[in-house]
Amino acid sequence: MADVREAITRAHHEEWARVVAALARRFGDLDIAEEAAAEAFAAAVERWPSDGVPPNPGAWLTTTANRKAIDRIRRENKRDDKQQEARMLYDRSEPHGAGGAIDDERLRLIFTCCHPALATESRVALTLRMVGGLTVPEIARAFLVQENTMGRRITRAKTKIKAAGIPYRVPAAEELPARVSGVLAVLYLVFNEGYLASGPATDPVRHDLTAEAIRLTRLIRSLMPEDGEVAGLLALMLLTEARRPARVSASGELVSLDEQDRGAWDAALIAEGHRLVRERLASGMAPGRYQILAAINAVHTSARDVRDTDWSQILALYDQLVRLDGSPVVALNRAVAVAEIDGPEVALAAVDRLEDTLAGYHAYHVTRADLLRRLGRGQESRAAYDRAIELAGNTAEIAYLTRRRDQLG
Amino acid sequence: MQYLVSVIDDKTGSATASEMAAINAFNDRLEAAGHWVFAGGLASPGTATVIDNRSAEALVTDGPFVESKEFMAGFWVIEAPDLDVALELAAEGSKHCHRKVEVRPFLGG
Repeated sequence: MADVREAITRAHHEEWARVVAALARRFGDLDIAEEAAAEAFAAAVERWPSDGVPPNPGAWLTTTANRKAIDRIRRENKRDDKQQEARMLYDRSEPHGAGGAIDDERLRLIFTCCHPALATESRVALTLRMVGGLTVPEIARAFLVQENTMGRRITRAKTKIKAAGIPYRVPAAEELPARVSGVLAVLYLVFNEGYLASGPATDPVRHDLTAEAIRLTRLIRSLMPEDGEVAGLLALMLLTEARRPARVSASGELVSLDEQDRGAWDAALIAEGHRLVRERLASGMAPGRYQILAAINAVHTSARDVRDTDWSQILALYDQLVRLDGSPVVALNRAVAVAEIDGPEVALAAVDRLEDTLAGYHAYHVTRADLLRRLGRGQESRAAYDRAIELAGNTAEIAYLTRRRDQLG
Repeated sequence: MQYLVSVIDDKTGSATASEMAAINAFNDRLEAAGHWVFAGGLASPGTATVIDNRSAEALVTDGPFVESKEFMAGFWVIEAPDLDVALELAAEGSKHCHRKVEVRPFLGG
């Protein structure tokens, strides 16, 4: 029984996206693809325990899902021929893309779910449902919204795909970099929500979400092995996830990077992340944003003791990142490295220049509070901690900030 | 499929001569590539009249059905195989007429 359950879980992880994508391609309709795939997995749950796990679970699921889809189309045909007219558009031509190497049904599915004409929250929800195979209640729980709200969001997105003619295809080579970065942004959003969950009623770290984001990024990496930013994002996620065991204390408090028990970090994930970073460095190609962020995390995770951290290299990487991404959040993170090299006073001056844009962002106040504390400006530090606590959504972070504030003399 | 590309503006008839020339050249290219269906500029919403003839007598009201700061100042109806192509054309249109545009599919494609 346990074996069968495990086989079903594995098939769900490995085959869900493939089954949905194949059906979407064949029937040109995401609704039909999603429902038929769900029915096929339900049939597996019902039949595999008594019939045994088929020798090729993926083929069994695809065949079953195809039959379910045809049944549904027949039923609909009887009901209303008109419905058959509105079909999703898809490209029957040869796949485009760099070297034509990236033809996979699942990629079409991913690019459709992450189409820029869809709202970001819809892209996230649709990707988790159609590619990740999460159920609507699971996604609703992950983002703390009502189940029917999430259901409507997904339905609305599917309706727009169909009615507005969002194509089911891998974008052409010239659009590809922009579209890939859109996909990666969705996955990074999922990962970050898992790594620093924002709600008061949720676990501070949502391993289900970080794991799902990593799994989907691995999938994209296997489909686009040449893409540097895909490798960069995967490395970034692995090196961040590796620190998860040391990130929340037994009392449920966030532990900052400098106070973490580095022996508790996941060595295998760090090794894999470092391998990816080295691979990108060896490529000799100019790195994108995720590759630089991964490199910064590689420097952090290379230090066995926080005192061994190579801050000058981290600062050099941030300088490189600032040239690509001049956003105030990057400037804020750079200031943390500046504090280690040029001292907290120089860093504070840099942070204070960001007030106009970041005054509503909790990390701005966290960084300021810490710098003011190091400069012995207790009262100002306390005020900054107060503001950070007000703005922070993560329960473990609030506990950590409260303790730091109360430790001020 | 056909798409309505609405030109969004807060005034009408405000296109400059160079914008008009760019729009005309763009229209010619739309026609040559088989995307052209129809296009036009609209007079200001203040010139609109609403008629409601759902009951016994047609009720005539002065003014647009909805007052807003921004409104549809003109439009294209284009033919495109999918939204990606429509968005590409609309992006060109937005550039040439130097206004925001909204892309909306017709029902039943």
